[in-house]
Amino acid sequence: MLHTVNKSPFERNALASCLAHATDGAAILLIEDAVYGATKGTSVAAKVEAAAAKCKVFVLGPDLAARGMSEDKLIDGITVVDYEGFVDLTVEHSVVQAWL
Amino acid sequence: MKFGILVNEGPYNHQAVDSAYQFAKAAIAKGHTVSRVFFYYDGVHNANKLLEAPQDERQIGKLWAEMAKEHGVDLVVCVAAGLRRGLKEETLAEGFRISGLGQLIEVGIQADRMMTFGD
Amino acid sequence: MSEVMDLPGDDEEYASGVVKKFMFVNRKAPHGSIYALEVLEMVLISAAFDQDVHLAFIDDGMYQIVKGQDPTGINQKNFSKTFRALDGYDIEKLYVEREGMEERGLTEDDFLVDVEVISQAEMAELMNGMDVVLSA
Repeated sequence: MLHTVNKSPFERNALASCLAHATDGAAILLIEDAVYGATKGTSVAAKVEAAAAKCKVFVLGPDLAARGMSEDKLIDGITVVDYEGFVDLTVEHSVVQAWL
Repeated sequence: MKFGILVNEGPYNHQAVDSAYQFAKAAIAKGHTVSRVFFYYDGVHNANKLLEAPQDERQIGKLWAEMAKEHGVDLVVCVAAGLRRGLKEETLAEGFRISGLGQLIEVGIQADRMMTFGD
Repeated sequence: MSEVMDLPGDDEEYASGVVKKFMFVNRKAPHGSIYALEVLEMVLISAAFDQDVHLAFIDDGMYQIVKGQDPTGINQKNFSKTFRALDGYDIEKLYVEREGMEERGLTEDDFLVDVEVISQAEMAELMNGMDVVLSA
């Protein structure tokens, strides 16, 4: 399963709900406003770090860049992908669930 | 691989339709097929032919129509959601067609992957 | 038949022979936005395609099926009644997540339709087994 999340974790519970339902080996891709959840030092960073230990966590590079979030501020273990990488993730995982 | 895409939001107000477009473009660039994009909820507004964003901005409806023409993507607007929001044949942009929700379920059955972009 | 929503007729049968596991994930409350109503319209259409349909109510989505809704005062249709018509279309797999239910101070008796209350872990496993997940 590939989960996509597009909400800032400081505004809505989409990321929290996604993390609670992502099982071992699942992939999580943060896009749009959810990319703020990929940065170090936030109040949700511990939860995202824990998720990165059991799932694969990705963040969409163009959305990060658009928002001025530098890649060196990312939580360790999070991988940056572009839109083509996003497509590859959907090919690798048979089901995609959007947490809106 | 064949993709179906559901777009839940309208143009400009939310990034969902832009993300859907970038995804579709990348999928096609990688040799995949985007069989159908289904516009539902406020997503129907993307098919309004009267959309006229400032010239230096992206023309969302036109971008989809161009993709449809070049790559055979079927752009379907939900008839019921469209009528609710004043989107009908008279206001429909070129490249889109109006049909029922069954078209969404159908692509869900036929496509290898179903993607949702929304708010 | 429901008086509040147009339901699909038998003439809309679709024969592909392919049966996929569809899940409609409801995470949004009704009335404050149109998502709940239009998801339900999607669910009703899916009945004509003879697919294996599942409805998940998690987070605020479970407020869609609480008893006693009366949106006449806000000029909206009471589409919650339509959930009761779903079993007539062989859509009987409705799941509510226990953790979210307890978080909202709800119990199984608060729902207007028969649902299976399952744990978050069970919901996660159920989702993993789907072919198509649609959300709004």
